[in-house]
Amino acid sequence: MKILVIGGGMGGTILANNVARTLKDELKSGKVQITMLSASDKHMYQPGLLYVAVGRMTPNELYRDQASLLEPGIQFHVDPVEHFMLDANQVKTRSGKVHGYDIMVIATGSRMFPDSIPGLKENAEFFYTEETAVKLFHRLREFEGGKIVIAMGVPHKCPMAPLEITFMLNEYFIERGIRDKVQIHYTYPIGRVHTLENVAKWAQPEMDRVGITYETLFNLKSVDGEKRVLHSEEGTEIGYDMLISIPAHKGMEVIETNKLGQNGWIPTDRYNLNMEGRSNVFILGDTTNIPISKAGSTAHFEAETIGANIAALVRFGVPVRKYDGKVFCFIQTGSEKATYAMFNYLQPPDPKAPTRAIHWFKLAYNKLYWISARGLL
Amino acid sequence: MAEKKIVDARGSFCPGPLMELIAAIKMVEIGDEIEVLSTDKGSAAEIPQWLKKVGHEHLGSREEAGVWHVDIRRTK
Repeated sequence: MKILVIGGGMGGTILANNVARTLKDELKSGKVQITMLSASDKHMYQPGLLYVAVGRMTPNELYRDQASLLEPGIQFHVDPVEHFMLDANQVKTRSGKVHGYDIMVIATGSRMFPDSIPGLKENAEFFYTEETAVKLFHRLREFEGGKIVIAMGVPHKCPMAPLEITFMLNEYFIERGIRDKVQIHYTYPIGRVHTLENVAKWAQPEMDRVGITYETLFNLKSVDGEKRVLHSEEGTEIGYDMLISIPAHKGMEVIETNKLGQNGWIPTDRYNLNMEGRSNVFILGDTTNIPISKAGSTAHFEAETIGANIAALVRFGVPVRKYDGKVFCFIQTGSEKATYAMFNYLQPPDPKAPTRAIHWFKLAYNKLYWISARGLL
Repeated sequence: MAEKKIVDARGSFCPGPLMELIAAIKMVEIGDEIEVLSTDKGSAAEIPQWLKKVGHEHLGSREEAGVWHVDIRRTK
């Protein structure tokens, strides 16, 4: 039985490790083979980029060698897939090698897409790559006062990120002693400050309390870098001195070029997580088109479900679990406090008041992530 | 006009039906129709509110067996 994992991000890594441990005997005997194909030999802890931007982590803390995270017996190749030949149960890689499979998991993730809004890429600061997070860190260090606007594209990765960077900026400038010289202005696409109603109910009065201004029903349409003005789909304008954006994202180009899904999102059964019409192809993490958060925790819980089902398919010929839509997101509410939102397809989140204890747990998780990626937490 | 696009946002709390619609409306042509399916009662109110603000057309809403169906036409 050949199991092929496409992508070495959080989801693919947890999944491969879980399957390798569960099927340890089959892997050892050669009855099962697990192969991972990835575009990089490095694994990055993406949520750490937010902390890099405000000087709380350094980039070197965000990386591990991908091979060091994988269970023995997993064959790992830095050789990304370029062609999916689903009818033949094969893929072809950049090097030209063809890999066959009995079961395939596609976990290729997503990419930032600031180009969808004219002027955004040239005029905004971002924190979704090491390079942009470090640049933002320097820009913030040099900032001595003025109006910072936070604006986002839709859909965007990690729906908590806009709130987190906003509240962290508030405390960042308090610590620098220049909060009174900085206006932090938050914008949001729908008619409240966060899509989760219970999160919005907490966040809006908190913004009022700490002096963060906000504008809802603001969908970024274009950026005029010369005049430093944002234009919205709703017809309004906002001036800025520094623009920080959570840009729109889309699935990877290889998904689009292979016509597996519009905008790189593959049509996926929300409970079984298999590609629609393909019972031996599973889709994981950002790559799905399921209408839930594109976040690491989503990939984590989906990986647990798919991993258990692949092991069951090998041993019993049938899957044993369904994904219930579980997501767990930390919400960093400043440099000293945090809370969390946990929800699934049926149960909405009910976040509690932020505490220092959750903040410390989040900081601990920034280190524990490497255990999580190994599928042990 | 293309076939009506269905945005199945049942069970979506985050990013939620309206955010799914905002993302989907960029993927269709002007004049195309979208039907949003939602199990969130609030969406039945907030989607028309957003459509009015932005200027797209709200063709109607109905509830069937706990699922709200909101029909939209992209107008610009």
